[in-house]
Amino acid sequence: MYTQGLDALGDESLHLPEEQLAELEARFQAKIDADEKIEPKDWMPAAYRMTLIRQISQHAHSEIVGMLPEGNWISRAPSLKRKCVLIAKVQDEGGHGAYLYSAAETLGISREQMVEQLLTGKAKYSSIFNYPTPSWADIGAIGWLVDGAAIMNQIPLCRCSYGPYARAMVRICKEESFHQRQGFEIMMRLCEGSTDQQRMAQEALDRWWWPSLMMFGPDDANSKHTGQSMRWKIKRFTNDELRQKFVDVTVPQAEFLGLNLPDDALVWNEETQHYHFGPIDWDEFQRVLAGHGPCNQERIRARIEAHESGAWVREAALANAAKQSKNL
Amino acid sequence: MSDERQHWPLFEVFIRARAGLEHKHVGSLHAVDAKMALEHARDVYTRRMEGVSLWVVRSADITASDPDDADAFFEPAKDKIYRHPTFYEIPDEVKNI
Amino acid sequence: MSRASVVPVSVEFGQSERFRYVLRLADTSLILGQRLGEWVGHAPALEEDLGVANISLDLIGQARMLLSYAGEIEAAGRDEDQLAYLRDQNDFCNLALVEQPNGDFGCTIVRQVLIDAWQLELLSWFDASTDRRLREIAAKAVKETRYHLRYSSGWLVRLGDGTEESHTRVQASLNDLWKFTTELFTPDEIDTLAENAGVAPNLNELRGSWLHRIDEILNEATLTRPDDVPYVWFGKCGEHTEHLGHILSDMQYLQRTYPGVTW
Repeated sequence: MYTQGLDALGDESLHLPEEQLAELEARFQAKIDADEKIEPKDWMPAAYRMTLIRQISQHAHSEIVGMLPEGNWISRAPSLKRKCVLIAKVQDEGGHGAYLYSAAETLGISREQMVEQLLTGKAKYSSIFNYPTPSWADIGAIGWLVDGAAIMNQIPLCRCSYGPYARAMVRICKEESFHQRQGFEIMMRLCEGSTDQQRMAQEALDRWWWPSLMMFGPDDANSKHTGQSMRWKIKRFTNDELRQKFVDVTVPQAEFLGLNLPDDALVWNEETQHYHFGPIDWDEFQRVLAGHGPCNQERIRARIEAHESGAWVREAALANAAKQSKNL
Repeated sequence: MSDERQHWPLFEVFIRARAGLEHKHVGSLHAVDAKMALEHARDVYTRRMEGVSLWVVRSADITASDPDDADAFFEPAKDKIYRHPTFYEIPDEVKNI
Repeated sequence: MSRASVVPVSVEFGQSERFRYVLRLADTSLILGQRLGEWVGHAPALEEDLGVANISLDLIGQARMLLSYAGEIEAAGRDEDQLAYLRDQNDFCNLALVEQPNGDFGCTIVRQVLIDAWQLELLSWFDASTDRRLREIAAKAVKETRYHLRYSSGWLVRLGDGTEESHTRVQASLNDLWKFTTELFTPDEIDTLAENAGVAPNLNELRGSWLHRIDEILNEATLTRPDDVPYVWFGKCGEHTEHLGHILSDMQYLQRTYPGVTW
């Protein structure tokens, strides 16, 4: 699932004789194996470049689209403190998108190209943001589960082989810590609260649990990119490894809250020292990925609307800048 | 989809975290000019009091050294910092590029 | 509801008057912050999402400080949330200007410039106020407002002196919103009492410096200042446009639906 925009790039490998190519690739892999960072102007295999562009831009798009389900509750946050925290969180997510677009641009794709790919459906974003936030408890659940899952994915990426991506991830991880905590705090307050609030919290968990597990991607047997990505140190753990870790960490948190996880098969396995959990509905995952989740159209339409209705603003800014530079 | 022929250019951002330290490169952003770039840098990169001083420079104005000076595989030294398609200026008459 | 019945019969700037005065500042920041929050995720560029969110956050922060102070003055046990979430619109004292819809980005920027310039004059003046808390709150807030005005006036200039379309749009927005600026500088009894007590500035003088700043910006933006209109809104006296009701029913919904719980 490679994104476009690479047509504009000269493939640096195209005109080179095979032996030189092999030597370049060997030197490149040696750097990776030695845990050295690859920086923007370094030689890299075209496939490494394309994989990174896909991965980083997808990550960036996820942050931007992710502003929408949470932004849905800014106007209705039930206290001024919660409102401020939520605005700050959503602002951070926009910022993370900015860092990631910035990292992706070092690889030869432009922000405009990436935005177009998102708006035309050519590029994907994390499936989790195609679910609705009908209640305030969803804001708690998203912080606790979705950000929790994201953190699990992001910390290893701080050591990924591509310099700009690794540095963006370090920045993001520093800021992410409050995101999960504020979500969990919201859930705690609800679970300690009235019957209505407790029901709200349980109902949100029922809806967000399985989609959060799906955030880690297809299981290892069905994940074709994993092997190469791990060799290139773009990925440090497999999907199943991260998913298992997430479950193991989160189940005790749910118990602390007094909430039930919507999985009858969930049970602690003393032998493996892990929680065994029930089967994931991969059909749902594929459906949502293919555009048939509850909010896919809505999310993209909102982004298209923002982009198109803002065109006159962006054009005006450019026109004004041109006038200024003429006057210099 | 909007088809603005021009786009907001790319700027690199450098932040000095505290007096006594040097400015460090933290990333990039888009703006129409340096004044806007400075505001954007402040809003994107310093939400947590990360700095006392900001520099913004148009990416196109940065000259970078070549990482493989000794090697003859690429163009000579004064290359742009990114392999960025919009750094390459193609005349309007040339179509489909 | 006539203005006269809202203002208590008194010649002193007492507890009740001070409460009402501070509430005006608080509610104006709160409602404007609320309006700006609507833009998050929908702005013309990602960087603008962050810029507008920043201003929204600052304003709500100011509102919290001012509401807490108002609650202390009133001494009836109402904290910032009770004041924000449990008053009905005729008890809200925000300027009518800030409850106007966001419209397009240009309209939001016009509204923002008008308020930022007003806040900058007012907050700078509070350095000389006899009210110590207002001095402290203003000292912090004025730094934020300087940045807000830099941001909003920068954008007004870009849009006013940008393309023909952008110029037309913001001139139209300016023409529409100008009528709400009269309220900023038309004193009622509370304003006069506050001025006499050394708490607040003379609004006529404030208007002079505000207009000077606005004219400079409009000039650079190649925009024409509209004529003043005779009708004066009095949002600060609880006389609101139809918009505030909708803002509040959205903002207050959870607390109204589930009263008495903690969030």
